[in-house]
Amino acid sequence: MTSPPTTPEPLVVVEDLHTFYGKSHILHGVSLSVGRGEVVGLLGRNGVGKSTTLKTIMGLVTSSQGTVLFEGKPVTGMPAHKIARLGIAYVPEDRRIFKLLTVMENLRTGLDRSGIAEARKQELLGKVFEYFPVLAERRSQAGGTLSGGEQQMLAIARAMMLEPKIILLDEPTEGLMPRMVSQIKEIVAVLHREGVAILLVEQNVPLTLEASQRVYIMEKGAVRHHAATSELRVNDAVIHQYLGV
Amino acid sequence: MFADIPWDIIVIQTVNGIVTGMILALVASGLTLIFGIMDVVNFAHGELFMLGAYIGVVVIVTSGSFWLALVLSTLTVALIGAALQVTTLRPLLGRDPLTTILATFGISLVLQNYALWHFGPVPRKIQEPITGQFELFYLVYPWYRVLIAALSAAIIGGLYLFLKYGTYGIWIRATTQDRVMAQAMGIPVPWVHTVVFAIGAGMAAASGVLFGPLIGINHAMGLDWVLKAFIVVVVGGMGNLGGSIAASILVSLLEAYAVILVGYIYVGGQPLSPALAVVVPFIVLIVTLLFRPTGLFVPTPK
Repeated sequence: MTSPPTTPEPLVVVEDLHTFYGKSHILHGVSLSVGRGEVVGLLGRNGVGKSTTLKTIMGLVTSSQGTVLFEGKPVTGMPAHKIARLGIAYVPEDRRIFKLLTVMENLRTGLDRSGIAEARKQELLGKVFEYFPVLAERRSQAGGTLSGGEQQMLAIARAMMLEPKIILLDEPTEGLMPRMVSQIKEIVAVLHREGVAILLVEQNVPLTLEASQRVYIMEKGAVRHHAATSELRVNDAVIHQYLGV
Repeated sequence: MFADIPWDIIVIQTVNGIVTGMILALVASGLTLIFGIMDVVNFAHGELFMLGAYIGVVVIVTSGSFWLALVLSTLTVALIGAALQVTTLRPLLGRDPLTTILATFGISLVLQNYALWHFGPVPRKIQEPITGQFELFYLVYPWYRVLIAALSAAIIGGLYLFLKYGTYGIWIRATTQDRVMAQAMGIPVPWVHTVVFAIGAGMAAASGVLFGPLIGINHAMGLDWVLKAFIVVVVGGMGNLGGSIAASILVSLLEAYAVILVGYIYVGGQPLSPALAVVVPFIVLIVTLLFRPTGLFVPTPK
C-alpha cells in the first residue's frame, strides 16, 4: 500500500467489520473512514462486499464483530431508524422507492419528522425540485410509474429529505442512460459543494475517480487498497490489478 | 325456477347483506392491515372482537351509556393490543411466520378461557342504543342495523383518510411496502407495527360492541366472525385493505341471496334449508384459491 492519503476530520469510521449472511462470511474485517464533507469511492468487483458494507453501516445488517463510529460515537447495533435520524442516509442499489406511494409521499417519509419547521420542509422540497424538476412535475404520480432514471433521482431526493451528513450511495448509475449518468454526477458534485459526505459504491470507475477525493478498493470482503484519487488518475495499475479494467 | 322470487325479498336481503358486510369489513380491515404490515396472521383477532364486546357490556352495566361503551372498549382493547404486540409479537419479528401463528393462537386461547372464567358460559346481551324501526315491505326493520352499517363505513372511511393523508398513515403504507427501506428513512418501524396492531385491535373491539346487540355475547363468539374475516381477507387479497372491504360486502351479499335461493332448490320434493347458505363464503374461498390465489381484487402483483 502506498502512503495513506490525508483525511479531514473523520465523520464515519469503520473498524474491522465482520458480517455474516447465515453461515457465509461476507465481510472479513473491513476498515475505512469518510471525512466530513468528503466524497469517498468504494470500488471492487461484484460480490466483494461493497453493498454489505453500506448496509452494515446503516444498521440494516448486523455485524458480528467490529465497530462503526459516527461523529466519534459508536452506532453499531443501533436500529436503522435511529442511525438514519443521526444523519446517515442510504440510497440502495435497487433504489427501493415506495412504488405505491406518490413522489411527494416518498419524499414525506423522510421529511415528516419531529423537530423540523414547516419553512425548512418547504426549503428542502424547493431545493430537490430545483435539482430534479421532473420530480416536481410528477409529484402526484405513483413512484412505481417512474422510469429507472427518475426512480434513481427520487431515491437520492428522498435521502436528501433527511438532511444527512453522509449519504451511502450504492451504484447510482447502474443501468442508466448516459444523460441520466451525467445528471447523477452533477448531483454528487452539488451535494459535495453543500458539505454532504458521500460513500460512493460504483462500477463506473471513471465516474468514481472524477467524483471522489479518495478511493478504497475491496477484494474478498476486505479493503485491499486505499489511495487518493489524484494518485490513481496518474497511475491506474492498481485499478487494473483489482478490477481488471 | 328462480323467476318467481318476489323482488321485495331481494331488496330486504340486499340490505341485510350490506349491513353484515360492513361489520365484517370492520373486522377484516384490522386483520388485513396487520397482515399487510407485519406478515402476522392474527389468530387472536376474534378474541379481541369478543373482548371488545365484553368490555362494552361492563361499561354499559356501570354507566348505562352505549356510546361511552363503544369508545372506552375501543380504546381499552387498542391498549391491550399494543401491549400484546410489544410482549409477544415484537420479539418474533423476522422469525418463521409459524411462530407468530402459534403465538397469536396461544393468545386467543388465553383470552377465550379468561372470558369463560370471568364472565361464565351464559351469553350476555347488549341493549341497542336506538330502538326505532321502519317498514321495509312486510318487515319492520330496525334503524339500529342501518346505523351499524353507517358507523362501520364511517370508521373505515376515517381509517382510509388517516392512511392516505396523515404522516403516520404514510409511515404505515411505506412500512407495508418496504420495511427495510422504511427503517433506512428513519421511520420507527417497531412502533409502527405496535400502532397498527393497536388500530386493528381497536377496530375489532368497536365491531364487537356495535354487533353485540344483534348476537349473544359469549367467550366463543369470536370464532365465527374471525373465520369469515379470514375468508374475506384471502378473497380480497392478503393485505389489500380495499379488497377486503369489497370482499366483505360481496361475500355477505352472496350469502344473503343464497338464503333465498336455496329455498327454491328441491331435493327429494323438499326445499333445501336456508341454513345451508353458510357454506357460501367457503365456496367463494375455494373458487378464489383455485382460480385467483392472490385474491379477487389484486390488480397487478407488486
